[in-house]
Order: sequence, then structure tokens, then C-alpha cells
Amino acid sequence: MTALASLACLPGAAFAQAADKIKVGFMLPASGTYAALGVAIENGFRMYVGEQGGKLGGREIEYFKVDDESDPAKATDNVNRLIKRDKVDVLVGTVHSGVAMAMARAAKESNTILIVPNAGADAVTGPMCGPTIFRSSFSNWQTAYPMGVVAAKQEGKKNAMTITWKYAAGEEAVNGFKEGFEKNGGKVAKQLTVPFPNVEFQALLTEIAAAKPDAVFAFFAGAGAVKFVKDYHAAGLSKTIPLYGPGFLTDGTLDAQGEAAQGMLTTLHYADELGTERDKAFRTNYAKAYKLMPDVYAVQGYDAAQMLAVGLKAAGGDIGKKDVFRAAVEKATIASPRGDFTLSKAHNPVQDIYLRKVEGKENRKLGVAVKGLADPARGCKL
Amino acid sequence: MDLATFLVQCLNSVQYGLLLFLLSSGLTLIFGIMGVINLAHGSFYMIGAYMAFALAPYLGQHFITMLVVGVILAVVLGYLLEWAFFSFLYERDHLQQVLMTFGLILVFEELRAILVGNDVHGVQPPEWLSGSFSLAGMMSYPWYRVFAAVACLVVAFAMYWMVNRTRLGMMVRAGASNRDMVRGLGINIKRLYRIVFAMGVALAALAGMIAAPMASVYPNMGSGVLIICFVVVVIGGIGSITGALVASLLVGFVDTFGKVFFQELSGMSIYLLMAVILVWRPEGLMGKRS
Amino acid sequence: MTAADSRSAVLADAQDYAEAPLVTSKGMAAPDARALILPLACAMVLALLAPVWSSYLSDLVVKIMILSIFALSLQLLVGGTGLVSLGHAAFFGIGAYATVLASPQEGGNLLVLLLAAIAASGLCALFIGAFSLRTRGVYFIMVTLAFAQLGYFVFHDTSVGGGSDGIYLMVRPALGVIDMESGRTQYYVVLAALVVVYALLALIARSRFGAALAGIRVNEQRMRAAGFSTYWYKLAAFVIAGVLAGVAGFLLAARDGVVNPELLAWHHSGEVLLMVILGGIGSLRGAVIGTVTFVLLKELLGTHAIVGPLADHWQLTLGLSIIVLVALLPKGVMGIGAQLRARRAAGSDAAAKGGAHHG
Repeated sequence: MTALASLACLPGAAFAQAADKIKVGFMLPASGTYAALGVAIENGFRMYVGEQGGKLGGREIEYFKVDDESDPAKATDNVNRLIKRDKVDVLVGTVHSGVAMAMARAAKESNTILIVPNAGADAVTGPMCGPTIFRSSFSNWQTAYPMGVVAAKQEGKKNAMTITWKYAAGEEAVNGFKEGFEKNGGKVAKQLTVPFPNVEFQALLTEIAAAKPDAVFAFFAGAGAVKFVKDYHAAGLSKTIPLYGPGFLTDGTLDAQGEAAQGMLTTLHYADELGTERDKAFRTNYAKAYKLMPDVYAVQGYDAAQMLAVGLKAAGGDIGKKDVFRAAVEKATIASPRGDFTLSKAHNPVQDIYLRKVEGKENRKLGVAVKGLADPARGCKL
Repeated sequence: MDLATFLVQCLNSVQYGLLLFLLSSGLTLIFGIMGVINLAHGSFYMIGAYMAFALAPYLGQHFITMLVVGVILAVVLGYLLEWAFFSFLYERDHLQQVLMTFGLILVFEELRAILVGNDVHGVQPPEWLSGSFSLAGMMSYPWYRVFAAVACLVVAFAMYWMVNRTRLGMMVRAGASNRDMVRGLGINIKRLYRIVFAMGVALAALAGMIAAPMASVYPNMGSGVLIICFVVVVIGGIGSITGALVASLLVGFVDTFGKVFFQELSGMSIYLLMAVILVWRPEGLMGKRS
Repeated sequence: MTAADSRSAVLADAQDYAEAPLVTSKGMAAPDARALILPLACAMVLALLAPVWSSYLSDLVVKIMILSIFALSLQLLVGGTGLVSLGHAAFFGIGAYATVLASPQEGGNLLVLLLAAIAASGLCALFIGAFSLRTRGVYFIMVTLAFAQLGYFVFHDTSVGGGSDGIYLMVRPALGVIDMESGRTQYYVVLAALVVVYALLALIARSRFGAALAGIRVNEQRMRAAGFSTYWYKLAAFVIAGVLAGVAGFLLAARDGVVNPELLAWHHSGEVLLMVILGGIGSLRGAVIGTVTFVLLKELLGTHAIVGPLADHWQLTLGLSIIVLVALLPKGVMGIGAQLRARRAAGSDAAAKGGAHHG
């Protein structure tokens, strides 16, 4: 009972001391497979706010945190801890798509502003899109489609196979690739899947070797990406059949992948060393502040804070003016380290997607794969 | 599927099956003799993998030495853990031990995050195992995987010898079939438990160390293997080392060919296998009829 | 009373029962009625307090109540029948999925959807139970796990329920004025469900059927020798437990409006089992207290405002708390009273009469 009592006084106490602060609730993974991504996103966000002197739109920012455990089954409870207990004004999260979908629903119901700094589920800015839901990252379709275009047009591949985990994000990515590839004259012969999150790929690598396609497109992330790229290389396939993927296949994983990833082509909305002043400044400051190399997740967190700043500034620091907030963010051009981007009607970034090549421990930019690419936002009624 | 591909897939199955055996043999020992459902078994696998990651800069080129050092450390860890967390639980309901192992998972997982962080790390195989050989002209097979398979076989034989030829093995067999009888024979059951637990931890850690260069090391790597180990142990029959070997290979084949032929539903294949086998033989393939 | 004492008491009961299977309630009514006073009082307090609680707190209580129903349903198996299932989340998830799948676009009838959840989880429990109950002990634990994983992959890998990201309830179920869109209504519906489930399980425990289950837990062979076809008793218990878990799943779906395959995942089966063990195996109160303890512990240890930066390491603190609880409480949280009494009795064994009024 004392426990309940102390929990009961929480919101009141927090409210009293922070009446004029904007409350930002981070719902990010702090444990498990995605924990490192959660840290990068939070760092990026805090860094931008720090650069603005701790204030956005003239209001101080106060942070609240919940570990989402990357468990969609607990997502509604976790997001309500931020919305109802901490009474946050803005939700920032998350990495896992299933959790993000539950967050989107809760945000819609409580009319809370939600900025998604990673989760790529097409549905977040598709059927689930909403006036207060924004994304600072990408849609799964968006990062994979350009690779299909490049593979068919630039690399001249005709016959490809795809492989991914059997789950929504993977299916969205390989379908994006397929669309880009087949529109430009290629043909996806076979789509392989591995049960999620199984990392025993040997059987399917043998199938690939037997089928001998011109190219393979793979969508895996984190440890799965590391293992797949290493296994692909160890099976001797990387010599004969080029492996493509969205950038997640080689982002933040090059240390672990080592030699196996060298020379791989991937597409993403960011790359190491873009060479712009904006990006250089961002990378130096980030490295200085956190003693870590920045990655795409840090950029997405940073830009989430930028989007919040734009909206808050327009609303004169009054987060209650949701229409003004929304209109301002919709019109804004965000000066991101990745390059300027605007938001589509469905609130997903319209951005350049880079073609990158792995050299040493970096994903080096080769050029722009598709310029100003917008997600088709299928199913969004905004 | 042509014959060559089929044979390569069989090789894949056997190799995966052998790794599964190494992983689950420790679990089946602890299960069968102590009656502890050890949810933390996956954590010991993770600890082994991280041990390989930590030791590699010093002993990476002396791989066998590294494995030996790792196993010794794991035995010590297992011994201490049994003394600190399990020795006072045997008089209690078995389910209390499940709760304890669950607590340990959380502790190990967080300690890992604090000590090593949450990044994915790779472990390089030693120089002399890093090449590969060509297979049926279309793909090459890494020597390291062959080494892993051989290492698993060596462990399998060593365990077979230990269980069937040594005094400790006799106690283990007796303990698995009748705990009270062991006590009646004047064997120090507490000491037996401690040794068995330490062996189980060491086997899981060894599997982790051997798997590290193939699988890399990453957060939560233990929870993924835990359930599949349970599947193997239960299909084989609890406490039976031979059963675990047979079941590992069976699971290896079903998983490999399930992925090839029934992609859409391959996630279910091993669970379906387990359900069918248990309905057909409720004590597992090599389990004792009670 | 020590563990051995209580066990032998149960054994004695079961033996009496086995030898005289037609005896019905054996005069247990009085203590049982008294045992129900406290839970009823708690329910009253919960009902009266609801209006003064913040929406967060009432959310937390609703979550605890739903999980309590889930844990109670498992207690019927674990504590009531001696069947430890590690796949109980399957029925929880199936109930939740059935609710969403059966719900029309414009929102469904609460009763109809509840019946759908009950039917779906009940049928699945009948099917899974019929096969699983051929095994026993650890094998039973594992075969239930296997079936639950099968269910997980059916929802995760096929398009039956929207695949890995799950599906949504556009409008929550309602029945006349009882509309689950309102937080207050959710609270009272869940509370009512908890009371009904608790009462039902209390009735079962007192019934002939419940006594037979207890007999099976203590000594199944003896029960069979006494002429009981234990398989059917166990199957009935399994189906009832599955249905009640399905009810909890229904409530969750009706509250969240989102369901996803993770609901069926094995670690949720594990968590609910832990709640039951933590609270104390064998008593209904234990299941509820275990749930409250587990949820509150996790909530407290993960809240920055209470434990500061340590909240980032909630896994460590929660893990250690569980280890300490296991070490100190051999019979779960429910056993604390008995433990204290035992200590006090040992401290002043001369004044044994002093301990009497603690009973």
C-alpha cells in the first residue's frame, strides 16, 4: 500500500515542479537487443536540445523515460506510464515496429504528439497515420526501394533473390526492393524467409548457392545482420553473388562483421562522412559529447528534436496549439545532418536515399540512389 | 533439389545438430539429476560467448588453450553459483528453483549490459581455422564449422565415456534414475549436485565459446537458444545424454529441411516435431517409462 | 505450520476423500466463508477508491487485475491440480485475438465478443489439453510450451491476425451503457470479472470436483485406484483454466485495442507462472498477491522518480529482489504469516497460547 501511495503522489509532485517545462517522454529500448539504438536516439535528441541551451520554443525541456523492452505486448501499459503518469506533452519512440504501432494508437487516442525516431513500419505513416504522429526516420519501403532501382539500372542485375526474417518489417523491405527492381526490368525469382529471430542461415545459403541468382537482397538488423553477412561471406557467396540490402545490414555492425562486409552496397538516408558542413559539425560534436561515433540512429534522434523545436517555436511554446504545431512541422525544411528534408502529407520524411559502399569500418557515400524519395503512404487518409 | 544440394543440406543439418547437442547436454544433465528447470542455461551460453570475446585478444591464436581456460572459469562459476543460490533450495518445491533461475537471467543480462555494453561484437576464429574448402563446386564450407562439429563430437564421446565408465558417471546414472537410492548408498548427494551443476554450466559456456566466432556475441543471445535446448532435451528424454544427441540431430534435420521446404511455416516445425513425439512417446525418445 | 505438516494435512484430506468419494463438503464451509471476507473487502475498497485515483493509478490497478485473473486461472492448474503449464499465455493470447477478430468494424457487443473469446480459448484448451495430458511432470511443462509456441507462430507467421505487428480494434466493445471506451467502465468491468473469477474458483475449490483435483495433485494413482478417471478431471480443469485465461485476454484486448503475437510468447507464460510461484502455490490469494508483488516491484524499480538512475538497471534490481524473495520466502509471499508465526512460536514456546489469536 505504501508503494501505491508513493506512486500516487508521483504525477502531482512532478507536475508542481515543472509547470512551465515541456515534458518529453522517451519510450525507447533500454534492455535487450535494441538497447544500443535506444541510447543513440536519446543522445541525439538531448544533444540538439543541449545545443539550443536546453530550451525549445522558449520552454525548458524535461525528460521522462520508460524502457519499452521491445515488447509489443507491454507497449500499451508502457506508453500509458508516460501519458498518464508523467503527463508528457510529447512522446518520442521507438525502435521496434510493433511497439511503435501500439504507441501510435495510444498517442492518437490521447491526442499526444508522437515523434517516431526509428521504427520503420509502413503503417505508422500509412493506415495508422494521424495529425499528431510524425516520423523523423524512414519507412521500410523507403530504404529498400532505391536498392532495387540501383541493382537493376546501375548494376544491371536481372535475376535476384531476397531473404529476410518472417516478420512485417522484413516483408515491407523486400517488397520495396522488389518494386524498385521489377519496375526497372529485373525479376525477383524467389523470396526466402527465416523464422524470426532465428539466426541459423546455413540451409538457405545452400539454397541460394544452388539457385545461383545474379544478386541477393537481404533485410536483417543488429545481431542477425552481423551473422548473415558473415555466414554469406564464409559460404564463399560474396565472391560470386553480390549481396545488397538496406543500410541496416551494415550500420553499427561493421566492427563485428569485419572483412565479410567489405565492398557491400547498401542504400540508406545516411552514410558515414557525407562531407557536408552540417554533418561534419554534427559528427564532431557528437563524438565529443558522448565519446561515441554517431550513427543513423543518433541522427534520427537529433532530427526528432529539431522537428519538435520547429513546431514549438511556431506555437510560441504552447504545446496545446496542436494545429499550429502540425502546420509548422508540415511546412518546415529540417536541416538534418543527413541533408535537408521535408515531411510528406503523411508525416514521413521526403529525403534523399544514398547509395553507400562498405570501405574499412565505414559506409562511404557513393552517390544519391534516389533523390527526394517520398513513401507512397498507402492507406493514409490525411 | 539435386543430390549435391541434398547432401550439403544434410551436412548443414548434422553440423547444426551437433552444436545443439553441445548446448543442450548440460541442460539435460542438470535437469535429469538435480530436477532443476534451469532457465538460466541460456545465460551460461551467453557468458561463454562473452568470455570468448574477452579472452580473444590474449588467447585468440591459442584457441584450444582459450577453451580450456574458459571451461575452468565456468566450472568455478558454476560451483560458486550452486553454493550461493541453489544449495539451500533442494528441500523446497522445485518451482522455487525455476523462480531463482529467472532472477539470475535478469541479473546476468544486466551485468552484461553494464560490463560490456549493448553492441554486437564479432570474435575472429584463429588464423589456422579461418580458411574454407570448396564444396560441390558451388559453395565453400568454413573450416571453423568443421572444427566446431568435431569439437561437439569430442564432447559427446567424452560425456559418453564419463557417464558409462567412471565412478562419477555411475553416480550420475544412479542419480538420474533414483535419487533416494543414491542417498541410501551413502553418496554425498550435495557434492554430486554441485559437480553436476558446475559441469552443466561449463558445457553451456563451452558451447558459447565455440559458437562465438560463428554467431558473434550480442545482448539477449541466451534467450534465443534456451527454448530450443528445452525442445532437444525433452524430445531426447530428460537426463539421457544419448537421447540428447539423437534429438539434436533430429531437430537439426527438421529445422534445416523445414526452412527449405516449408518456409512459410518453418517457425513451427520443431515445436510440431516435439508435440508429435511427446504425444506418441510421452517420456521422450530415450526417456524411462515411469 | 511447516511445509511437511501442511502437506500431510492435505494428504490426509485427500485420503479421506479417496476412501469416501461421496462425501461432499466435509464441513469446510465455515473457514472458507471467513476466507472470503478479506478478498471481498479488498474488492469493495477497490470499487470505492476508483473515483479518487489518478488515471495512471487506475490504469495500473486495471493491469494488475487483468493479470490477476490470468494468474488465478493458472493457479487452478498449478496449485489446484498439480499441473505446471508453461504455455498458459497461449489461451490468454487466443482470447485476445478472438475478441479483435470477431469484432465488427463499428465495434462489437461486449457479451458476444466475450463469448467468442471463451469459445476460442476453450476449444483450443480442449484440443491442447487432450494431447498434453498424456504426458506428466516436466514433459507436461514442455509439451504445453510447444503448443503455445505453435500458436505464437501461427499468429506471427500467417496473415490470420495481421502477422507480426498484430491487429487493432477500431472501436472497443460495448453493451448498452457499459462502453469499454470509457476508462471508468473498463475499471469496473475488470473488477467485476475479477470478483466473479475469484468466486468461481473458490467455489470450485470447495466442490467435489475441486477436491478430486486436489486428490490428483497429491496422489493421482490413488485417485485412479479409487475409481476416478483422472484424465477427464484434469482435462476439465485444463479447459476451465484456459477459458479463464481467455477471459483475461478478452479484457486486455478490450482495454488496449491492440493485440500482437507477443501475447502468446513463452516469456509471458513464464512470467505468469512466476507470479503464481512468487505469491505462493495453492491458494487463490497467493496468485493475486504474487501478481501485485511482481507488477509493483517492476513498476517501482523501473521508475526514475523513485529509484533515480538505478531505474535504467531495473533488470538487475528486479532479479536480485526475486532472488532474495526466493531465499527468504520458501512458501511465497503467502507464507510470510506462517513463517512469522513459526518464529514467534519458537521464540516463546512456553507461551504457546499467545500464538493462538494470530490464527
